Amino acid sequence: MAVTGLVFVGYLLLHMYGNLKALSGEQAFNVYAEHLRTFGEPILPYGGLLWIVRVVLIVSLVGHGHAAFALWARAGNARRTKYAAGKAALRTAWMRWGGVFLLLFLVWHLLHFTVVKISPNPDATGPDVVNNPHRLLVASFQVWWMTLIYVLAMIALALHLSHGVFSAMQTLGWTNSAASYRRAKLLGHASAVVIAGGFLIPPLAIVFGLIQ
Amino acid sequence: MNLTLRIWRQAGPRHQGELRTYKVKDISPDMSFLEMLDVLNEQLNAAGEEPIAFDSDCREGICGTCGLMISGEAHGPEKTTTCQLHMRSFSDGEVITIEPWRANAFPVIKDLVVDRGAFDRIIQAGGYISVNTGSAPDAHATPVPKRNADRAFQAAECIQCGACVAACPNASAMLFLGSKVTHLAELPQGQPERMARVVKMVDQHDAEGFGGCTNVGACSQACPKGIPQDVISTLNFDLRTALRGNR
Ligand code: HEM
Ligand code: SF4
Ligand code: FES
Repeated sequence: MAVTGLVFVGYLLLHMYGNLKALSGEQAFNVYAEHLRTFGEPILPYGGLLWIVRVVLIVSLVGHGHAAFALWARAGNARRTKYAAGKAALRTAWMRWGGVFLLLFLVWHLLHFTVVKISPNPDATGPDVVNNPHRLLVASFQVWWMTLIYVLAMIALALHLSHGVFSAMQTLGWTNSAASYRRAKLLGHASAVVIAGGFLIPPLAIVFGLIQ
Repeated sequence: MNLTLRIWRQAGPRHQGELRTYKVKDISPDMSFLEMLDVLNEQLNAAGEEPIAFDSDCREGICGTCGLMISGEAHGPEKTTTCQLHMRSFSDGEVITIEPWRANAFPVIKDLVVDRGAFDRIIQAGGYISVNTGSAPDAHATPVPKRNADRAFQAAECIQCGACVAACPNASAMLFLGSKVTHLAELPQGQPERMARVVKMVDQHDAEGFGGCTNVGACSQACPKGIPQDVISTLNFDLRTALRGNR
């Protein structure tokens, strides 16, 4: 759970950095997107690196989800009679249901930008939009409900990370003193702000017309 | 103070239980929570009803026998044991819900009394430590750095009350287990069996049916001794080292 979670964190940092290229304009963003596919050529085939990353992520996702649901089931079995006046169960709800929400978001996100390439904007459709990463990005976030979905997902991600990153450090046994424990807590909150905040910059820049 | 109490009543391990409502009057704010229950039990006795069963022993916060879920908080609203909780922490007219610790590994024996034998079996599974018998060695015979001594001592404060399990949304006993493992792991006397001990204790923990830890931290907040969550990190560190084969 900890290792796979940290794989996601590493991936998210790279992904966020890539998205910020949208601020440098259409050319820079599209060149970057193409470069991801030619990276490592000729040792790797076209798109090779991307597929290596995808396989690592899929394996991590299966591992992470499996561990999450196993812990969830174990928790249910370990306390079959619930408290009448308990708030105990709330403490894991946002990790667990938040995780499920992130999974649903992931499916939607991949349909949107990777697998099907849906443009939700009636004013910008057709092959020259969906096959141009920058135009698809801009067209999508000019639609209010699309932005809303992404904002909600980033809130869920921030919550997930602020506990998850700390939790991973603790699981790996890296917080064996009061000081390292505090640092791990801080790192959790910092990664949530940096990652979720960083992801939100391009969509919000589009909403406010800074990227066109 | 006048209070309304909703208390879990259960005649025996296999009986169905339910919350029943009682009223107590003229409670002194300086009474402990258990003394307040004693007053209620005297009322029940006088009325010819079965008194409420609850556990206590030292009543000074050191034995770990007492422990009640009070309106959803283990040992109530203060950072202390139920016996050291005073009625001034509540307000006049309050409705207080009192339940036993809830975990499958802690089956209810009667009313508010649960069987915490699972903790004893985890301690037992840990086994012995190798120290020489005979006359007590000089206090400075085995030097222990202050940092390690302090941390071992802090971990050793655990009184095995079970509040960490009761408060944990996963009903995991990792804070208890972490404090026991850290206590010995920090000391020279704990080294020879350190790796074998952690594996055996974790196995017993899981076999007892406690849940898995997700580092929520409700345990440390509920712990009357303020055992910090970082003892669980030490437990994880030792377990990982042991499983890599360095027994
Ligand atoms: C895809 C759907 C996801 C589900 C269903 C899910 C579910 C969970 C659950 C239930 C936990 C247990 C944590 C706890 O209760 O304390 C967890 C931990 C964690 N998650 Fe996720 N998660 C998902 C996606 C992600 C993503 C996208 C990331 C990357 C940013 C991530 C990073 C982490 C980390 C680092 C941990 C801590 C691991 C540990 O404590 O060992 N998760 N996740
Ligand atoms: S760790 Fe704290 S809450 Fe848990 S059994 Fe020990 S004293 Fe009680
Ligand atoms: S009765 Fe001993 S700690 Fe409460």
